[in-house]
Amino acid sequence: MELFALIFGSIFISNIVLAQFLGICPFLGVSKDIKSAFGMGLSVMFVMILSSTICWLVYTFLLVRFDLEYLKTIAFILTIAALVQLLEMFLKKNVPALYKSMGVYLPLITTNCAILGIALLNIQENYNLIYTLANAFANSAGFTLALVLMAGIRERLDEADVPDAMKGLPIVFFVASSMGLAFVGFTGMI
Amino acid sequence: MIQAIVILAVMGGIFGAVLAVASKKLAVETDPRVDEVLSVLPGANCGACGFPGCAGLANAIVNEGAPINACVPGKEKVAKEIAAIMGLNAAPETVRKVAQLHCNGTFDNTKPLYEYKGVMDCHLAVTQFGGPSYCYYGCIGLGSCEQVCPFDAIHIGENRLPVVDTSACVGCGICANQCPQKILQIVPINKQVHVRCNNRDKGKKAMDTCKVSCISCGICVKNCPEGAITLLESKAGSVAVIDYDKCTSCGICVAKCPRKSIHLDPPIDPELTICEQPKEPEGCAACAAKSVCGLH
Repeated sequence: MELFALIFGSIFISNIVLAQFLGICPFLGVSKDIKSAFGMGLSVMFVMILSSTICWLVYTFLLVRFDLEYLKTIAFILTIAALVQLLEMFLKKNVPALYKSMGVYLPLITTNCAILGIALLNIQENYNLIYTLANAFANSAGFTLALVLMAGIRERLDEADVPDAMKGLPIVFFVASSMGLAFVGFTGMI
Repeated sequence: MIQAIVILAVMGGIFGAVLAVASKKLAVETDPRVDEVLSVLPGANCGACGFPGCAGLANAIVNEGAPINACVPGKEKVAKEIAAIMGLNAAPETVRKVAQLHCNGTFDNTKPLYEYKGVMDCHLAVTQFGGPSYCYYGCIGLGSCEQVCPFDAIHIGENRLPVVDTSACVGCGICANQCPQKILQIVPINKQVHVRCNNRDKGKKAMDTCKVSCISCGICVKNCPEGAITLLESKAGSVAVIDYDKCTSCGICVAKCPRKSIHLDPPIDPELTICEQPKEPEGCAACAAKSVCGLH
Protein backbone atom coordinates (compact mmCIF):
# COMPACT_ATOMS: atom_id res chain seq x y z
CA MET A 1 0.00 0.00 0.00
CA GLU A 2 2.84 2.31 0.84
CA LEU A 3 4.42 1.49 -2.53
CA PHE A 4 1.17 2.33 -4.31
CA ALA A 5 1.00 5.63 -2.46
CA LEU A 6 4.55 6.39 -3.56
CA ILE A 7 3.79 5.63 -7.21
CA PHE A 8 0.48 7.52 -7.25
CA GLY A 9 2.02 10.45 -5.42
CA SER A 10 4.98 10.66 -7.80
CA ILE A 11 2.82 10.59 -10.89
CA PHE A 12 0.05 12.99 -9.87
CA ILE A 13 0.65 14.84 -6.60
CA SER A 14 4.31 15.73 -6.90
CA ASN A 15 4.56 15.39 -10.66
CA ILE A 16 8.19 15.75 -11.65
CA VAL A 17 7.54 18.44 -14.26
CA LEU A 18 4.47 20.24 -12.97
CA ALA A 19 5.21 20.22 -9.23
CA GLN A 20 8.97 19.69 -8.90
CA PHE A 21 9.90 21.69 -12.04
CA LEU A 22 12.52 19.22 -13.23
CA GLY A 23 12.95 18.41 -16.91
CA ILE A 24 11.28 21.62 -18.11
CA CYS A 25 13.50 21.74 -21.20
CA PRO A 26 12.10 18.65 -22.98
CA PHE A 27 8.66 19.54 -21.57
CA LEU A 28 8.70 22.69 -23.71
CA GLY A 29 11.03 21.49 -26.46
CA VAL A 30 9.75 18.04 -27.40
CA SER A 31 6.02 18.60 -26.90
CA LYS A 32 5.06 19.76 -30.38
CA ASP A 33 3.30 16.53 -31.35
CA ILE A 34 2.02 13.57 -29.38
CA LYS A 35 4.07 10.97 -31.21
CA SER A 36 7.49 12.44 -30.46
CA ALA A 37 6.40 13.42 -26.96
CA PHE A 38 5.48 9.80 -26.24
CA GLY A 39 8.79 8.61 -27.75
CA MET A 40 10.71 11.01 -25.54
CA GLY A 41 8.70 9.91 -22.52
CA LEU A 42 9.48 6.24 -23.09
CA SER A 43 13.17 6.98 -23.67
CA VAL A 44 13.31 8.93 -20.40
CA MET A 45 11.54 6.08 -18.59
CA PHE A 46 14.08 3.59 -19.90
CA VAL A 47 17.11 5.70 -18.95
CA MET A 48 15.69 6.87 -15.63
CA ILE A 49 14.99 3.38 -14.30
CA LEU A 50 18.40 2.14 -15.38
CA SER A 51 20.36 5.14 -14.12
CA SER A 52 18.52 5.34 -10.79
CA THR A 53 19.30 1.70 -10.12
CA ILE A 54 22.97 2.00 -10.99
CA CYS A 55 23.37 5.29 -9.13
CA TRP A 56 21.78 3.69 -6.08
CA LEU A 57 24.26 0.80 -6.31
CA VAL A 58 27.20 3.17 -6.73
CA TYR A 59 26.11 5.19 -3.72
CA THR A 60 25.36 2.26 -1.44
CA PHE A 61 28.31 0.06 -2.23
CA LEU A 62 30.97 2.60 -3.11
CA LEU A 63 30.39 6.06 -1.70
CA VAL A 64 28.90 5.05 1.66
CA ARG A 65 31.61 2.54 2.21
CA PHE A 66 34.37 5.13 1.81
CA ASP A 67 32.46 7.90 3.62
CA LEU A 68 32.27 9.96 0.43
CA GLU A 69 28.53 10.72 0.43
CA TYR A 70 29.21 14.39 -0.38
CA LEU A 71 30.58 13.32 -3.79
CA LYS A 72 27.23 11.89 -4.91
CA THR A 73 26.35 14.68 -7.37
CA ILE A 74 29.55 14.48 -9.39
CA ALA A 75 29.69 10.69 -9.16
CA PHE A 76 26.11 10.42 -10.44
CA ILE A 77 26.76 12.76 -13.35
CA LEU A 78 29.73 10.63 -14.32
CA THR A 79 27.67 7.46 -14.04
CA ILE A 80 24.71 8.77 -16.03
CA ALA A 81 26.86 10.19 -18.85
CA ALA A 82 28.79 6.94 -19.23
CA LEU A 83 25.59 4.90 -18.99
CA VAL A 84 23.78 6.80 -21.73
CA GLN A 85 26.83 6.53 -23.99
CA LEU A 86 27.02 2.81 -23.42
CA LEU A 87 23.30 2.42 -23.93
CA GLU A 88 23.45 4.31 -27.20
CA MET A 89 26.20 2.08 -28.54
CA PHE A 90 24.44 -1.05 -27.35
CA LEU A 91 21.14 -0.08 -28.96
CA LYS A 92 22.83 0.97 -32.20
CA LYS A 93 24.44 -2.45 -32.49
CA ASN A 94 21.79 -4.79 -31.13
CA VAL A 95 18.39 -3.06 -31.41
CA PRO A 96 18.73 -0.74 -34.41
CA ALA A 97 14.96 -0.32 -34.71
CA LEU A 98 14.67 1.08 -31.18
CA TYR A 99 17.81 3.19 -31.72
CA LYS A 100 16.29 4.72 -34.83
CA SER A 101 12.97 5.50 -33.15
CA MET A 102 14.67 7.13 -30.16
CA GLY A 103 16.89 9.06 -32.52
CA VAL A 104 18.24 12.32 -31.19
CA TYR A 105 16.44 12.03 -27.83
CA LEU A 106 18.84 9.53 -26.36
CA PRO A 107 21.93 11.78 -26.18
CA LEU A 108 19.69 14.67 -25.07
CA ILE A 109 18.60 12.68 -22.04
CA THR A 110 22.18 12.73 -20.69
CA THR A 111 21.75 16.39 -19.85
CA ASN A 112 18.17 16.04 -18.61
CA CYS A 113 18.11 17.27 -15.02
CA ALA A 114 15.14 15.02 -14.21
CA ILE A 115 17.39 11.94 -14.48
CA LEU A 116 19.98 13.33 -12.06
CA GLY A 117 17.25 14.81 -9.86
CA ILE A 118 15.51 11.48 -9.32
CA ALA A 119 18.80 9.68 -8.72
CA LEU A 120 19.62 12.22 -6.01
CA LEU A 121 16.11 12.22 -4.54
CA ASN A 122 16.20 8.44 -4.12
CA ILE A 123 19.28 8.86 -1.92
CA GLN A 124 17.87 11.85 -0.05
CA GLU A 125 14.72 9.92 0.85
CA ASN A 126 16.72 6.85 1.95
CA TYR A 127 14.83 4.54 -0.39
CA ASN A 128 15.84 0.90 -0.67
CA LEU A 129 16.34 -0.68 -4.10
CA ILE A 130 12.68 -1.63 -4.62
CA TYR A 131 11.48 1.85 -3.69
CA THR A 132 14.16 3.34 -5.92
CA LEU A 133 12.88 1.32 -8.88
CA ALA A 134 9.28 2.23 -8.10
CA ASN A 135 10.14 5.90 -7.67
CA ALA A 136 12.06 6.02 -10.96
CA PHE A 137 9.23 4.30 -12.80
CA ALA A 138 6.55 6.53 -11.29
CA ASN A 139 8.41 9.76 -11.92
CA SER A 140 9.18 8.87 -15.53
CA ALA A 141 5.54 7.87 -16.00
CA GLY A 142 4.56 11.28 -14.59
CA PHE A 143 7.02 12.91 -16.99
CA THR A 144 5.50 11.04 -19.93
CA LEU A 145 2.00 11.97 -18.79
CA ALA A 146 2.85 15.67 -18.54
CA LEU A 147 4.62 15.64 -21.91
CA VAL A 148 1.80 13.85 -23.75
CA LEU A 149 -0.86 16.09 -22.17
CA MET A 150 1.13 19.16 -23.17
CA ALA A 151 1.62 17.86 -26.72
CA GLY A 152 -2.12 17.21 -27.02
CA ILE A 153 -2.91 20.77 -25.93
CA ARG A 154 -0.28 22.21 -28.27
CA GLU A 155 -1.65 20.29 -31.24
CA ARG A 156 -5.00 21.98 -30.61
CA LEU A 157 -3.31 25.32 -29.97
CA ASP A 158 -1.88 25.20 -33.50
CA GLU A 159 -5.38 25.57 -34.85
CA ALA A 160 -6.61 28.03 -32.25
CA ASP A 161 -6.81 31.75 -32.84
CA VAL A 162 -3.93 32.88 -30.61
CA PRO A 163 -3.13 36.62 -30.43
CA ASP A 164 -0.02 37.50 -32.44
CA ALA A 165 2.11 38.46 -29.46
CA MET A 166 1.26 35.18 -27.72
CA LYS A 167 2.10 32.85 -30.60
CA GLY A 168 4.72 30.18 -30.05
CA LEU A 169 6.39 29.78 -26.67
CA PRO A 170 4.55 32.53 -24.68
CA ILE A 171 1.20 30.77 -24.90
CA VAL A 172 2.94 27.49 -24.05
CA PHE A 173 4.21 29.02 -20.79
CA PHE A 174 0.64 30.03 -19.95
CA VAL A 175 -0.52 26.49 -20.65
CA ALA A 176 2.31 25.03 -18.58
CA SER A 177 1.47 27.17 -15.57
CA SER A 178 -2.24 26.35 -15.88
CA MET A 179 -1.37 22.66 -16.00
CA GLY A 180 0.78 23.12 -12.88
CA LEU A 181 -2.18 24.73 -11.10
CA ALA A 182 -4.47 21.92 -12.23
CA PHE A 183 -2.11 19.32 -10.79
CA VAL A 184 -2.14 21.14 -7.44
CA GLY A 185 -5.70 19.85 -7.26
CA PHE A 186 -4.34 16.36 -6.54
CA THR A 187 -2.71 17.58 -3.30
CA GLY A 188 -4.15 15.90 -0.22
CA MET A 189 -5.58 12.87 -2.03
CA ILE A 190 -3.24 10.61 -0.10
CA MET B 1 40.60 14.16 0.33
CA ILE B 2 43.05 11.77 -1.34
CA GLN B 3 40.49 9.03 -1.01
CA ALA B 4 37.93 11.16 -2.88
CA ILE B 5 40.33 11.90 -5.72
CA VAL B 6 41.32 8.25 -6.02
CA ILE B 7 37.73 6.98 -5.98
CA LEU B 8 36.57 9.44 -8.62
CA ALA B 9 39.64 8.78 -10.76
CA VAL B 10 39.04 5.05 -10.51
CA MET B 11 35.36 5.50 -11.39
CA GLY B 12 36.25 7.66 -14.36
CA GLY B 13 38.92 5.21 -15.41
CA ILE B 14 36.57 2.24 -15.21
CA PHE B 15 33.82 4.00 -17.14
CA GLY B 16 36.33 5.19 -19.72
CA ALA B 17 37.75 1.70 -20.15
CA VAL B 18 34.27 0.16 -20.43
CA LEU B 19 33.28 2.73 -23.05
CA ALA B 20 36.52 2.22 -24.97
CA VAL B 21 36.00 -1.54 -25.07
CA ALA B 22 32.35 -1.11 -25.92
CA SER B 23 33.05 1.25 -28.80
CA LYS B 24 35.30 -1.41 -30.31
CA LYS B 25 33.01 -4.34 -29.59
CA LEU B 26 29.79 -2.60 -30.49
CA ALA B 27 31.11 -0.72 -33.51
CA VAL B 28 28.61 -0.75 -36.34
CA GLU B 29 30.02 -1.32 -39.79
CA THR B 30 29.10 1.66 -41.89
CA ASP B 31 29.84 1.91 -45.57
CA PRO B 32 32.55 4.58 -46.02
CA ARG B 33 30.87 5.54 -49.29
CA VAL B 34 27.93 7.00 -47.32
CA ASP B 35 30.19 9.72 -45.94
CA GLU B 36 31.80 10.30 -49.33
CA VAL B 37 28.43 10.70 -51.06
CA LEU B 38 27.27 12.97 -48.27
CA SER B 39 30.31 15.19 -48.76
CA VAL B 40 29.51 15.86 -52.44
CA LEU B 41 25.80 16.52 -51.85
CA PRO B 42 24.94 20.23 -51.54
CA GLY B 43 24.03 19.94 -47.87
CA ALA B 44 20.97 22.10 -48.28
CA ASN B 45 18.65 19.48 -46.74
CA CYS B 46 15.90 20.83 -48.99
CA GLY B 47 14.04 17.51 -49.16
CA ALA B 48 13.38 17.79 -52.89
CA CYS B 49 14.70 14.24 -53.38
CA GLY B 50 12.04 12.86 -51.04
CA PHE B 51 14.50 11.59 -48.43
CA PRO B 52 15.00 13.08 -44.95
CA GLY B 53 17.84 15.49 -45.68
CA CYS B 54 21.12 14.96 -47.52
CA ALA B 55 22.27 12.30 -45.04
CA GLY B 56 19.10 10.34 -45.73
CA LEU B 57 19.70 10.50 -49.47
CA ALA B 58 23.38 9.49 -49.11
CA ASN B 59 22.32 6.44 -47.11
CA ALA B 60 19.57 5.60 -49.60
CA ILE B 61 21.93 5.87 -52.59
CA VAL B 62 24.56 3.59 -51.07
CA ASN B 63 22.38 1.07 -49.25
CA GLU B 64 18.95 1.12 -50.85
CA GLY B 65 19.76 1.71 -54.50
CA ALA B 66 18.22 5.15 -54.84
CA PRO B 67 18.98 6.78 -58.21
CA ILE B 68 22.29 8.64 -58.23
CA ASN B 69 20.70 11.65 -59.92
CA ALA B 70 18.05 11.99 -57.21
CA CYS B 71 19.53 15.25 -55.89
CA VAL B 72 17.47 17.94 -57.60
CA PRO B 73 19.48 21.10 -56.84
CA GLY B 74 22.80 19.24 -57.37
CA LYS B 75 21.97 18.48 -61.03
CA GLU B 76 24.42 16.62 -63.29
CA LYS B 77 27.54 17.81 -61.51
CA VAL B 78 26.65 16.10 -58.25
CA ALA B 79 25.23 13.07 -60.08
CA LYS B 80 28.57 12.58 -61.86
CA GLU B 81 30.54 12.86 -58.63
CA ILE B 82 28.26 10.33 -56.96
CA ALA B 83 28.62 8.04 -59.99
CA ALA B 84 32.39 8.17 -59.54
CA ILE B 85 32.13 7.23 -55.86
CA MET B 86 29.67 4.43 -56.52
CA GLY B 87 31.73 3.08 -59.42
CA LEU B 88 28.88 3.47 -61.88
CA ASN B 89 28.93 4.97 -65.33
CA ALA B 90 28.09 8.64 -65.45
CA ALA B 91 24.50 9.43 -64.74
CA PRO B 92 22.07 9.47 -67.63
CA GLU B 93 21.85 13.00 -68.97
CA THR B 94 19.27 14.83 -66.98
CA VAL B 95 17.49 17.83 -68.44
CA ARG B 96 16.82 20.55 -65.94
CA LYS B 97 13.18 20.97 -65.12
CA VAL B 98 11.30 24.07 -64.10
CA ALA B 99 7.76 24.84 -62.98
CA GLN B 100 5.25 26.05 -65.58
CA LEU B 101 1.85 27.55 -64.84
CA HIS B 102 -1.17 26.31 -66.80
CA CYS B 103 -3.19 29.49 -66.48
CA ASN B 104 -3.22 32.92 -68.09
CA GLY B 105 -6.16 34.34 -66.18
CA THR B 106 -4.76 37.80 -65.64
CA PHE B 107 -6.85 40.80 -64.59
CA ASP B 108 -7.26 41.66 -68.28
CA ASN B 109 -8.48 38.22 -69.29
CA THR B 110 -10.88 37.25 -66.55
CA LYS B 111 -12.87 39.05 -63.91
CA PRO B 112 -13.19 38.55 -60.18
CA LEU B 113 -16.14 36.59 -58.83
CA TYR B 114 -16.12 38.54 -55.57
CA GLU B 115 -13.71 40.57 -53.49
CA TYR B 116 -11.71 38.23 -51.30
CA LYS B 117 -10.65 39.72 -48.00
CA GLY B 118 -9.60 36.64 -46.05
CA VAL B 119 -6.24 35.15 -45.19
CA MET B 120 -3.82 35.34 -48.12
CA ASP B 121 -3.73 31.63 -48.72
CA CYS B 122 -4.93 29.83 -51.85
CA HIS B 123 -6.16 26.76 -49.95
CA LEU B 124 -8.46 28.87 -47.78
CA ALA B 125 -9.66 31.00 -50.68
CA VAL B 126 -10.60 27.90 -52.68
CA THR B 127 -13.05 26.90 -49.97
CA GLN B 128 -15.01 30.13 -50.59
CA PHE B 129 -17.07 29.40 -53.74
CA GLY B 130 -14.02 27.95 -55.49
CA GLY B 131 -11.88 31.05 -55.11
CA PRO B 132 -12.20 34.75 -55.90
CA SER B 133 -11.47 34.33 -59.61
CA TYR B 134 -14.38 34.00 -62.06
CA CYS B 135 -12.70 30.87 -63.41
CA TYR B 136 -13.30 27.85 -61.20
CA TYR B 137 -10.22 26.07 -62.52
CA GLY B 138 -7.63 28.84 -62.76
CA CYS B 139 -5.00 30.41 -60.57
CA ILE B 140 -6.16 31.86 -57.24
CA GLY B 141 -3.20 34.24 -57.22
CA LEU B 142 -2.69 34.51 -53.46
CA GLY B 143 0.80 33.08 -53.58
CA SER B 144 0.73 29.78 -51.71
CA CYS B 145 3.37 28.65 -54.22
CA GLU B 146 5.49 31.70 -53.45
CA GLN B 147 5.33 30.98 -49.73
CA VAL B 148 6.52 27.38 -49.99
CA CYS B 149 9.30 27.82 -52.57
CA PRO B 150 12.57 27.09 -50.75
CA PHE B 151 14.59 28.67 -53.56
CA ASP B 152 12.80 32.02 -53.83
CA ALA B 153 12.11 31.22 -57.49
CA ILE B 154 8.38 31.91 -57.81
CA HIS B 155 6.70 35.25 -57.19
CA ILE B 156 3.25 36.71 -57.73
CA GLY B 157 3.61 39.14 -60.62
CA GLU B 158 1.81 42.40 -61.30
CA ASN B 159 -1.11 40.69 -63.02
CA ARG B 160 -1.62 38.43 -59.93
CA LEU B 161 -0.25 35.30 -61.64
CA PRO B 162 2.89 33.62 -60.27
CA VAL B 163 6.00 34.14 -62.38
CA VAL B 164 8.70 31.48 -62.28
CA ASP B 165 12.29 32.69 -62.17
CA THR B 166 13.75 29.95 -64.39
CA SER B 167 17.29 30.80 -63.37
CA ALA B 168 16.54 30.02 -59.73
CA CYS B 169 13.95 27.23 -60.14
CA VAL B 170 15.41 23.76 -59.61
CA GLY B 171 12.21 21.86 -60.39
CA CYS B 172 11.79 20.41 -56.92
CA GLY B 173 8.00 20.38 -57.37
CA ILE B 174 7.12 21.66 -53.91
CA CYS B 175 4.98 24.45 -55.42
CA ALA B 176 3.22 22.00 -57.76
CA ASN B 177 2.25 19.86 -54.79
CA GLN B 178 1.14 22.87 -52.80
CA CYS B 179 -1.07 24.43 -55.50
CA PRO B 180 -4.73 23.67 -54.64
CA GLN B 181 -5.74 24.05 -58.32
CA LYS B 182 -2.95 21.69 -59.48
CA ILE B 183 -2.04 24.06 -62.32
CA LEU B 184 1.71 24.10 -61.77
CA GLN B 185 3.63 21.40 -63.60
CA ILE B 186 7.32 20.49 -63.56
CA VAL B 187 8.42 20.52 -67.19
CA PRO B 188 11.80 20.00 -68.93
CA ILE B 189 13.38 23.39 -69.50
CA ASN B 190 13.83 22.84 -73.28
CA LYS B 191 10.07 22.58 -73.89
CA GLN B 192 8.72 25.89 -75.20
CA VAL B 193 5.04 25.21 -75.89
CA HIS B 194 2.64 25.27 -72.97
CA VAL B 195 -1.13 25.21 -72.64
CA ARG B 196 -1.80 28.20 -70.43
CA CYS B 197 -5.27 27.09 -69.37
CA ASN B 198 -6.91 24.55 -67.11
CA ASN B 199 -10.55 25.45 -67.81
CA ARG B 200 -12.79 22.40 -68.14
CA ASP B 201 -15.96 24.25 -69.15
CA LYS B 202 -17.41 23.80 -72.63
CA GLY B 203 -17.82 26.32 -75.46
CA LYS B 204 -19.81 29.37 -74.44
CA LYS B 205 -19.32 28.99 -70.70
CA ALA B 206 -15.54 28.81 -71.12
CA MET B 207 -15.59 31.81 -73.44
CA ASP B 208 -17.54 33.88 -70.91
CA THR B 209 -15.21 32.90 -68.08
CA CYS B 210 -11.95 34.08 -69.60
CA LYS B 211 -10.75 35.67 -72.82
CA VAL B 212 -7.99 33.11 -73.31
CA SER B 213 -9.68 29.93 -72.10
CA CYS B 214 -9.43 26.52 -73.75
CA ILE B 215 -12.84 25.61 -75.16
CA SER B 216 -11.93 21.99 -75.96
CA CYS B 217 -12.46 22.60 -79.69
CA GLY B 218 -9.75 20.05 -80.55
CA ILE B 219 -8.13 22.03 -83.38
CA CYS B 220 -4.71 21.67 -81.74
CA VAL B 221 -5.25 17.91 -81.39
CA LYS B 222 -5.99 17.56 -85.10
CA ASN B 223 -3.09 19.73 -86.22
CA CYS B 224 -0.29 18.40 -84.02
CA PRO B 225 2.12 16.45 -86.29
CA GLU B 226 3.45 14.45 -83.36
CA GLY B 227 0.09 13.55 -81.83
CA ALA B 228 1.33 15.10 -78.62
CA ILE B 229 -1.84 16.94 -77.65
CA THR B 230 -4.89 15.25 -76.22
CA LEU B 231 -8.09 16.50 -74.68
CA LEU B 232 -7.82 15.39 -71.09
CA GLU B 233 -11.29 14.18 -70.13
CA SER B 234 -12.40 14.50 -66.56
CA LYS B 235 -15.69 14.56 -64.74
CA ALA B 236 -15.96 18.32 -65.06
CA GLY B 237 -15.08 18.51 -68.77
CA SER B 238 -11.97 18.51 -70.89
CA VAL B 239 -8.89 20.64 -71.51
CA ALA B 240 -6.04 20.37 -74.02
CA VAL B 241 -2.94 18.80 -72.48
CA ILE B 242 0.52 18.43 -74.04
CA ASP B 243 2.48 15.22 -73.67
CA TYR B 244 5.93 16.71 -73.13
CA ASP B 245 7.63 13.43 -74.08
CA LYS B 246 6.30 13.81 -77.63
CA CYS B 247 6.21 17.60 -78.06
CA THR B 248 8.93 19.02 -80.30
CA SER B 249 8.05 22.68 -79.64
CA CYS B 250 7.25 23.18 -83.36
CA GLY B 251 4.60 25.79 -82.57
CA ILE B 252 1.91 24.70 -85.06
CA CYS B 253 -0.72 24.39 -82.33
CA VAL B 254 0.15 27.87 -81.08
CA ALA B 255 -0.63 29.33 -84.52
CA LYS B 256 -3.86 27.30 -84.89
CA CYS B 257 -5.37 27.86 -81.46
CA PRO B 258 -8.39 30.14 -81.94
CA ARG B 259 -8.38 31.18 -78.28
CA LYS B 260 -4.65 31.92 -78.00
CA SER B 261 -4.49 29.73 -74.92
CA ILE B 262 -1.40 27.82 -76.13
CA HIS B 263 1.81 29.82 -75.86
CA LEU B 264 5.23 29.50 -77.52
CA ASP B 265 7.80 30.74 -75.01
CA PRO B 266 11.24 31.98 -76.02
CA PRO B 267 13.89 29.32 -75.38
CA ILE B 268 15.47 29.37 -71.95
CA ASP B 269 19.21 28.89 -71.69
CA PRO B 270 19.46 25.88 -69.35
CA GLU B 271 22.96 26.93 -68.36
CA LEU B 272 21.75 30.28 -67.15
CA THR B 273 21.30 29.66 -63.48
CA ILE B 274 22.34 31.51 -60.41
CA CYS B 275 23.35 28.17 -58.94
CA GLU B 276 26.53 27.98 -61.02
CA GLN B 277 28.94 28.58 -58.18
CA PRO B 278 27.56 26.70 -55.19
CA LYS B 279 28.68 28.20 -51.94
CA GLU B 280 29.36 26.21 -48.83
CA PRO B 281 26.01 26.20 -47.02
CA GLU B 282 25.79 27.34 -43.44
CA GLY B 283 23.01 27.90 -40.95
CA CYS B 284 19.66 26.17 -40.87
CA ALA B 285 18.21 24.19 -43.75
CA ALA B 286 16.09 27.03 -45.14
CA CYS B 287 18.99 29.48 -45.31
CA ALA B 288 21.34 26.76 -46.52
CA ALA B 289 19.05 25.98 -49.46
CA LYS B 290 19.26 29.58 -50.54
CA SER B 291 22.97 29.94 -49.90
CA VAL B 292 23.66 27.01 -52.23
CA CYS B 293 22.22 29.14 -54.97
CA GLY B 294 24.21 32.17 -53.87
CA LEU B 295 21.15 34.13 -52.83
CA HIS B 296 22.50 35.02 -49.43
